[in-house]
Amino acid sequence: MTDTIEPPRARGSAWWTLTQEIADFLYREADLLDERKFRDWLDLLAEDIVYFMPIRRNVKFGQHAERENTRQGEGISWFDEDKWTLGKRVEQILTGVHYAEEPLSRTAHLVSNIRLLDVRPDPDHAAEVEVGCRFLIRQNRVEYETTTFVGRRRDRLRRVGDDWRITRREILLEQNILLAKNLSIFF
Amino acid sequence: MTSAPMSAGPASDGRSLREMIDLDRGTISRDIFVSPDLFRDELEKLFTRAWLFVGHESQIPNPGDFFVSRMGSESVILCRDQAGTVHVFLNSCRHRGMKVCRYEQGNTSLFVCPYHSWSYTTDGRLQGVPLFRVLYDGTLNRDEWSLIEVAKLARYKGTVWASWDPDAPEFLSYLGDAVDHLDEVLDCRDGRPGGSEVIGLHKWILPANWKFAAENFLGDTYHNPSHRSVDMIGIGPSAQRGAKGRRDNEYEGGQHVWVSFPAGHGVHSILSRPDPQYGGSYQHYPEVDAYFRHCFEARKRRLGIERARLLPFTGNIFPNASYHGRQPRGICVWHPHGPGETEAWRFFLVDADAPAAVKDVLRRFYMRYSGPAGMTEQDDMENWLYATAASQGPIARRHPFNYQQSMGAYRTNDPLPGDVSTQMTEQNARNYYRVYRAYLEGAPWQALLGRPSVDAAAE
Ligand code: FES
Ligand SMILES: [Fe+2]
Repeated sequence: MTDTIEPPRARGSAWWTLTQEIADFLYREADLLDERKFRDWLDLLAEDIVYFMPIRRNVKFGQHAERENTRQGEGISWFDEDKWTLGKRVEQILTGVHYAEEPLSRTAHLVSNIRLLDVRPDPDHAAEVEVGCRFLIRQNRVEYETTTFVGRRRDRLRRVGDDWRITRREILLEQNILLAKNLSIFF
Repeated sequence: MTSAPMSAGPASDGRSLREMIDLDRGTISRDIFVSPDLFRDELEKLFTRAWLFVGHESQIPNPGDFFVSRMGSESVILCRDQAGTVHVFLNSCRHRGMKVCRYEQGNTSLFVCPYHSWSYTTDGRLQGVPLFRVLYDGTLNRDEWSLIEVAKLARYKGTVWASWDPDAPEFLSYLGDAVDHLDEVLDCRDGRPGGSEVIGLHKWILPANWKFAAENFLGDTYHNPSHRSVDMIGIGPSAQRGAKGRRDNEYEGGQHVWVSFPAGHGVHSILSRPDPQYGGSYQHYPEVDAYFRHCFEARKRRLGIERARLLPFTGNIFPNASYHGRQPRGICVWHPHGPGETEAWRFFLVDADAPAAVKDVLRRFYMRYSGPAGMTEQDDMENWLYATAASQGPIARRHPFNYQQSMGAYRTNDPLPGDVSTQMTEQNARNYYRVYRAYLEGAPWQALLGRPSVDAAAE
């Protein structure tokens, strides 16, 4: 899938309408997470979702494409998982004794720089969309514990009826050594 | 805190180490976990002497391969030189101290310092000095300005360990009888010696004292309730089949043992019943289940039933190399950053020759179990953070921690070498802090190894 690089004027209005629709979907998702409606959030994920956050490494110039990020499907990443595992994470929080999220964190998911990177088959009949964005997530826990997560996300969405489901989420956190004690929130 | 004394740390109120670590009473001062003075003593007196875990040879298979690691608070380079010899160097240029390598891993023929371009070969020798003839000829003897190399290095079943102390005992003497337990982490699941590989690495920062983490692995089974959430929902390798708990129960009917060793190591292992049977695991993955069943039987044949009864759970090789033995399997090093901050590095292990499908199931389980994204260990981190934070204040520091669990309830060399408890115990921790105290007192190696005669005199 190649990213769109054509100048914006070359795109028709269907493209921009779709961009708005997808942005609204992503904002709605952020609301669900910040409102701690985790089960409702799970409903936005396709059954076959791949949820992936690589570990970023310090590599020599010229080796970034090849070696900077750990790869989906091999070795160890921060997350490389399916809906079952994400469901377990939600279930764990809902036990009320998952102490890393008990009491619950306060989060604010800011999503910006939303751009459609690919639309299939075309903007008027979009069935699958690849969308890039930036995120800035502020997590505050208990009293003083505050963590900021900043990075890029690349999502693949599939149309299901009038709505969308996330089939793939790649999360690039702009850190090498994780500067947070836990990744106990969703991205 | 100001004007920290460099001598073995009396606390700010003048208490001695013997008062702070009172093994007769079973109490340990919170200062041990929060004092900047004691932290500096740890770096000076403990991390400069003890054997430390550096890395794994699977990370540097070829000549010129390097992996940047840490020892104590300092960056080091684990490197296989062009002739194939393994070295560990301080990652700091001899000229003005610039880090000579800021890539995490790779292959090189030279480490070229970014600052003034001195360059070092992979065996540490200073090779290139710009304008040498004009500026240094007759003064600078290159042979004397190699990268600083560890005094002792040991390769053991794929793992690499090092010490800065030329007088340190050989690594196997340092390990003592803890070697039997570490072997169960490093050996193939079918009992062949060694054969593991690192499939990935976690590095993260946690705002807690490093010893909370080490102590957790050295035998704190008592903290099990903190993992109630994962046990309730089930995240183990058979969880998709409805199994609860955070791992498969491979130890059914076995005798749990908590063993401490004179040099400070502590382990929690299991002696399975006299006729060890494969309990069934990885129920959701028939191929993986079959593989582990095969390994279990092959291991019994290879090691003999008596030896095959020993299964590892967790442990800590003094001071800061902790392991998980089976589910999951890896070594985690707790690098000290400050009294209230630790940099954790976990090396995830599998048998190098395990089938791809097995490795895939294992890595997925490791990720959901371990580290900052791991459903189990997130709860550990929460505890270590707030335990450190709530021990800072002057009132808190007047009141020591309680280490009285199962005082005296152990037998020496029965049924295994070491001080063995068959009930949950803080004996491993008491023993750990006895050795820790000896390092901070600057004790000779005989005492650090806990050789009985010396130890009796010291007590
Ligand atoms: S600091 Fe390395 S060459 Fe000067
Ligand atoms: Fe734990």
